Amino acid sequence: MRVKLEKRVQISKYEIIAVRIASIVLALLSIGLLFIVSGIDPFYAYSVILSGVFGSTFGISEVIVKSIPIGLCSLGLSLAYTAKVWNIGSDGQLIMGAIFATWVALFSNFPQVLILPSMFLAGFIGGLVWATVPAFLKSKYNVNEVIVTLMMNYISLNLLDYLLSGPWRGHGVFNYPITDEFPKFARLPSIPGTRIHYPTLILLILLTFLILFVMNRTKFGLEIKAMGDNLEAARISGIDTFKNSLIVMMISGGLAGIAGVGEAAGIQYRLIRNISPGYGYSAIIPAWIGGFNPVVVLVASLFVSALFVGGNIAKVSLGLSYGLINVFNGVILIFLISSEYLVGYRVRIEWT
Amino acid sequence: MDIVTSLLLESIKASTPLLLATLGEIYTERSGILNLGIEGIMAIGAFTGFFVAYTTRSLPLSLLAAATIGILLSSLHAISSITFKANQTVSGLALAMLGLGISSVAGSKYVGLPLTLTLQPIRIPYLASVPIAGAFFNQDFLVYFSLILSIFMWFFLNRTKYGLQIIAVGENPSAADASGINVELVRYLCTLFGGALEGLAGAYISLAYLPGWIDGMTQGRGWIAIALTVLSLWDPLKGILVALAFGSIDALQYVLQPYGIPVSLLNSLPYVVTIVVMAVATILLAKRRVRPPSALGTPYIRE
Repeated sequence: MRVKLEKRVQISKYEIIAVRIASIVLALLSIGLLFIVSGIDPFYAYSVILSGVFGSTFGISEVIVKSIPIGLCSLGLSLAYTAKVWNIGSDGQLIMGAIFATWVALFSNFPQVLILPSMFLAGFIGGLVWATVPAFLKSKYNVNEVIVTLMMNYISLNLLDYLLSGPWRGHGVFNYPITDEFPKFARLPSIPGTRIHYPTLILLILLTFLILFVMNRTKFGLEIKAMGDNLEAARISGIDTFKNSLIVMMISGGLAGIAGVGEAAGIQYRLIRNISPGYGYSAIIPAWIGGFNPVVVLVASLFVSALFVGGNIAKVSLGLSYGLINVFNGVILIFLISSEYLVGYRVRIEWT
Repeated sequence: MDIVTSLLLESIKASTPLLLATLGEIYTERSGILNLGIEGIMAIGAFTGFFVAYTTRSLPLSLLAAATIGILLSSLHAISSITFKANQTVSGLALAMLGLGISSVAGSKYVGLPLTLTLQPIRIPYLASVPIAGAFFNQDFLVYFSLILSIFMWFFLNRTKYGLQIIAVGENPSAADASGINVELVRYLCTLFGGALEGLAGAYISLAYLPGWIDGMTQGRGWIAIALTVLSLWDPLKGILVALAFGSIDALQYVLQPYGIPVSLLNSLPYVVTIVVMAVATILLAKRRVRPPSALGTPYIRE
């Protein structure tokens, strides 16, 4: 018997989708093995998670709530990853967005009606500024952006710690590292009975289609796709790769910053240390599942968000740590990228 | 003991996990594979080292277990990036998440438990009493091991047939293939070897540097090791210097603390320095002839 790999000439869209779904299923099965190793019945674990997520309106609404920050970050990442710029700094950019927005909410003297729009603008700028450092170093000097964005994540967390442990600590919060609550006019409205802050959700949907348009219908979109295919060829053909990789990284930082505004103004109503329980890292997965297509990425964000909510449920009812979400993320990602190779090839078994 | 010696003592300790991880990554990258998963491998190595020491009360066993789990985890990266030709950046990130996740889930019941069995300093007679430099001779087993290993790895890489094969595979895999070297095998071995050292690097943190287990106790050292690999110019001997330089930043934090700089800002120091140094190193490298292994990060597909 011989196993042979043959290169496929044409791959249909449906084959790609089928392989991606199959690899997610395989990943979930492998995590089931991990459950068995840790002495948990995997069927019980998955049924607890599933019924918790989809068995109540609260569970479903929470999936939408968490898909807002994940979707916003993932959208920006898709733009950057299309150009093969590996921004891993969404988490830090989200935190900076929240920090900038909190400054507007608590310490600016803007007129009340302008507060919320200013918070969104400030958050966008906060994330964008934070992405500028790795963006510049990457595009100008080719410094590894993975490392720089990750270091920026750690620095933003320390900055957050600093602000919450002293200068910005609230007056009525005893010694907790949190700020005062935002005034009413600095809070986003929610759909009654849920935590869905719909202004951010609407913004997410609008941005999804805006980026879809930019990617498919503008010169800029074509340029970054060309850069992703072959950077050197793109440069030779006259594309300003320096400017473009700077722009994709900064926009993706700005979008993550908006996610931070949503979390601070729509969920917590204050700045807390755990403003992002790793949304920026989880956002890598939908970008990859969706093949950087904004609309598919948005749908995939709902899936990853469901994993997030499921992870919370597993934490409470199965006593598993929050790290479970990272396990889900890591395993799914490994299966997804490994499957890409198999999509391009056909496995043939010859019986001789 | 004077302040300089005690600072040096502390710096060497802090540099050891960085050195072990950097050494591992140097071999992995020299063979052409970029493994960004060090942070996850170190996290799971740290937990495994702690767990085995806690339950079996045997240090040799716990070090062996940490190295083994490092090999296991890095084999995932090897399979996806060598056999399946997957994107190495993303595969490494996935590995980092997986290692951090598994160690956090498995370790949640053990957070903060006291570990009485830790790596103890072994004083080398006479040498340890030399002023200042004596700090190198009053360390534990893994410190000596990592220093000797650097020298051995330098020798093996540059002076033996097998070392030259590693370099050939990282520089020009198709030429290496044509000359009869098994490219995939060399890359597998280098990736797994790197994983073993990164697992040990993690165990050093939980068994010697900060004995015990805390979720996320690697604190980004795995990412810093990737920057240090660039800074070392992929040379095991220079690895000692760059690791020591970064280890001294840890010690520097203790020195600066009494001067009223907030701890949360001081904690950023290693990360800020990493960015600056990584940038400077990359810019300087571009101007000199030293450059990363040519085939780094690109899968080898035989035509």
